[in-house]
Amino acid sequence: MMPALRRLGFLLGLLLFTLFAVFPIVWMVITAFKQDADLYDAANNPFVYNLPPTLKHVIFLFTGTNYPVFLWNSLFIGILVVIITLLLAVPAAYSLSRLAGHWGERSGIAIFLVYLIPPTLLFIPLYQIVTFLRAANTVWALVLVYPTITVPFCTWLLLGFFKSLPRELEEAALIDGCSRWQAFVRVALPLSLPGIATCIVFAFALSLSDYIYATVFVSSTASHTVSAGVPTELIRGDIYYWQSLMAAAAIVTIPLAVAYGLLFDRLVKGFQSDSAGGEATP
Amino acid sequence: MNGAETTARVGLGDRDRLLGWLMLAPSLLYIAALVGLPFFLAIALSMTSATVGDPSIHGFVGLGNFVQVLHESAFPLALRNSVIVTLGTLILTLVLATAESELLVRDFRGKRLLQILLILPWAMPVSLAAIDWLWLLDSEFSPVDWLLRHIHLLGPGSPLGPANHLYYYGKEWLGLGAIVAINVWRLLPFATIIVLAGRTSIARDIFEQAQVDGAGFFRTLFSITLPALLPILMVASMFTALLVFGDMAVTALTTRGGPGYATQVLPYWAYLKGIDGGALSEGAAVALFMFPVLLAGAILALRMAYRAESQGDRP
Repeated sequence: MMPALRRLGFLLGLLLFTLFAVFPIVWMVITAFKQDADLYDAANNPFVYNLPPTLKHVIFLFTGTNYPVFLWNSLFIGILVVIITLLLAVPAAYSLSRLAGHWGERSGIAIFLVYLIPPTLLFIPLYQIVTFLRAANTVWALVLVYPTITVPFCTWLLLGFFKSLPRELEEAALIDGCSRWQAFVRVALPLSLPGIATCIVFAFALSLSDYIYATVFVSSTASHTVSAGVPTELIRGDIYYWQSLMAAAAIVTIPLAVAYGLLFDRLVKGFQSDSAGGEATP
Repeated sequence: MNGAETTARVGLGDRDRLLGWLMLAPSLLYIAALVGLPFFLAIALSMTSATVGDPSIHGFVGLGNFVQVLHESAFPLALRNSVIVTLGTLILTLVLATAESELLVRDFRGKRLLQILLILPWAMPVSLAAIDWLWLLDSEFSPVDWLLRHIHLLGPGSPLGPANHLYYYGKEWLGLGAIVAINVWRLLPFATIIVLAGRTSIARDIFEQAQVDGAGFFRTLFSITLPALLPILMVASMFTALLVFGDMAVTALTTRGGPGYATQVLPYWAYLKGIDGGALSEGAAVALFMFPVLLAGAILALRMAYRAESQGDRP
């Protein structure tokens, strides 16, 4: 009796959580292929195709709007931000975990304090800095600024990763005549690849999902990202191109969700190695 | 980087320390230039009369902007709504993430597929998620309203009123509720991942022992699982609260802060004032009102996490 009841509760729980997560997405996908006459008739059942589905609005998205440009910009910015983030965060995290002594191990809190200052607090002065550097209205403004979000987060994540690696491995390499730098590159780095993979995903995701910097620093269509371009271009005054809007969102979301879903267990591990904010566990 | 090796032979400790600084310096400089400097610039700006047209920081007005902002009728509403939305999202997200992690800690067939489905909301950029929900709770074509009408909860002569639509984004509390729902929806996968990280690292034998001792599900939950999860729950709440409190996209794209200022939040108000309205200095002042709240929240969460951790439930 009891195990059966538990199993039922378990399945019911999974069902409810899945429904909650998926319902808005299903609605999004259904909408993307609807004809206008079908969509804008309040008497219709909204969950089925009362008229045959159409690709018209998806085609419009790629031929009649700047969506392909937004996709390209987001990809370009995302890749550059990932590279910059890794170049800055990986050495910094290693340095804090191994070479900075006791205070370095406890620097998780300081990194958190940086992460604490949200973009919405910094966007006005950063707007001035970006304008001063003549980077406003270009993708370079975003490439320059996004690492402020990704570097603290990834450093914190990697700090935990490096701390969880046994020191003995690098010490053995040092005794064998490696320099500290070589020990880092040849021993610690390969072992931290799972942590680095997590960082790549996070850095890309964070740069893709920013809205405020992308809206404030860039106003020309040619440099918009998906996050800022879709709301500004596909909503004109009071006219919402709903099917194209939903298609635009689905095209970005579904591949990313598959990537994240496959990395799910790895993401969990990424947080495991440093579960309590970077404080050293004695 | 190899420069560290060509320096004169010094003790190993010193060379390590030099290398450590060299590896840390780029990040420190970058953060100082693009987080530290803007932060102080924000404080400086907030005490001037700078506008988009005249962005110089010469016209010093002291705390004038703060006083000015405090006296506007939108301020108490924006502060209240920011706190309500953050706390509402935080509480719901933590409860749901704990429950979800309790389910996902088990192995079952089709878990991979389910993980992809469950993580979907988080894979969506915030602005696109907001647009998805704008359409989901549309004033005329919302499928939620349609469902409610079909089970006779909405429409003439039904419990939710005679109107055929709820007009979620046009009302104060429904609007705030919708904003909370969107935030819970988009952040739940992330919070679940964090809580799951803590949940899977609790030693299995504790649960086996509890089962042997005859503890039921809820007894185990409240006297073993939750206390052991406390540090990670603090981490999860800090991330969730920061991401909600500092976000303006959801409000900007759904209720737009309306009706009036009824659903306005601090970040979006700062944006409207500083960028749309061109009053850079007042925008900066509004944004700075967020900082003490953030700082207090973070200190609280870190202290609790630290205390929970030092009580020694983890080696």
